[in-house]
Amino acid sequence: MVSRVTNLGRSGLFHWLVQRFSAVILGAYMLCILGSTLLSPEMDYAHWQAVFDSNLMRVFSLITLLALCAHAWIGMWTVSTDYLTDLQLGTRATFIRLLFQAGCALLIAVYMLWGIQILWSI
Amino acid sequence: MLVSIYRYNPQTDDKPVMRDIEVEIPGGKDLMILDVLELAKRKDSSIAYRRSCREGVCGSDGMNMNGRNGLACITPLSDTVKPGQKLVLRPLPGLPVIRDLVVDMSIFYKQYEKVKPYLINDEPPPTIERLQSPEDRAQLDGLYECILCACCSTNCPSFWWNPDKFIGPAGLLQAYRFLADSRDTATAERLAGLNDPFSVFRCRGVMSCAAVCPKGLNPTRAIGHIRAMLIRQGT
Ligand code: SF4
Ligand code: SF4
Ligand code: FES
Repeated sequence: MVSRVTNLGRSGLFHWLVQRFSAVILGAYMLCILGSTLLSPEMDYAHWQAVFDSNLMRVFSLITLLALCAHAWIGMWTVSTDYLTDLQLGTRATFIRLLFQAGCALLIAVYMLWGIQILWSI
Repeated sequence: MLVSIYRYNPQTDDKPVMRDIEVEIPGGKDLMILDVLELAKRKDSSIAYRRSCREGVCGSDGMNMNGRNGLACITPLSDTVKPGQKLVLRPLPGLPVIRDLVVDMSIFYKQYEKVKPYLINDEPPPTIERLQSPEDRAQLDGLYECILCACCSTNCPSFWWNPDKFIGPAGLLQAYRFLADSRDTATAERLAGLNDPFSVFRCRGVMSCAAVCPKGLNPTRAIGHIRAMLIRQGT
């Protein structure tokens, strides 16, 4: 059994399920946006705002934003533990990996907060 | 025929080199790569490699032949090189080289050991033997045949990146061999030991392992079964 603090104390199964579920949500949201764009050829600012003004769309957007952040974190964590290892980088690996993970976490947190602010300011 | 062989002796060489050796191939029959190596060794007795059974049973002569992992003793020359081409022999990728084509398989065996590759049954043993129905026995087909040659694990990118944490296709095939055994009673403990982000879930399903297994086994499918068992147990 291999466990690490930065995997958020969760199981590999949990990661795996989150990656799959979040991918489905992201796909559905993309189809939704694509559909609403294609279905209204006279797309202008007023129309675009009306789409995002509904509470349903707001909730869907928020869920998608959270899914994106979770997907990105698990993805980047996986990338860092695949390539930024002792085997590749020697003794500095832990420091570099932590730095990279901290950077990713910060970026994702900023992205999430900023996204929520945008959604609620429409 | 020109045979290019990976040569490295850590005691005398700074770094490995590919050294060419000319080998006369007798006409009239197709040789196996191991036969070619034996001919090369007759010319240069310092070439080091492992082999024993010369019939694909012991799993000791796994190596990389023109970019493809396999057992030298059952890989025909005609399948490996086109006429006029060079034969290129390297050790299995991703493991430390002891000398020439001989690799240190310690980490591979350590991963194998992790899956407890033996029957665990805490019920009192019957007087003669633990019986299995033919259907239950059939569940082990495609699993028990593994000869631990390491061709699969050393062809797996995830095993290259995390050989100390990802069990790898060979170990996981054996993990499933005991999960699938009707006589084994340690299913829950076995699954609990596999449910971290590395042991099983580093498998990316690329099937590089199944593509090279000389026994025609499919570790990717076994890993899928383990994942399904983890999902059933964990959700
Ligand atoms: S699964 Fe196939 S390639 Fe892998 S160790 Fe077993 S026999 Fe060798
Ligand atoms: S399918 Fe999984 S175990 Fe097989 S080579 Fe790919 S990542 Fe490795
Ligand atoms: S020599 Fe035994 S498998 Fe090739």
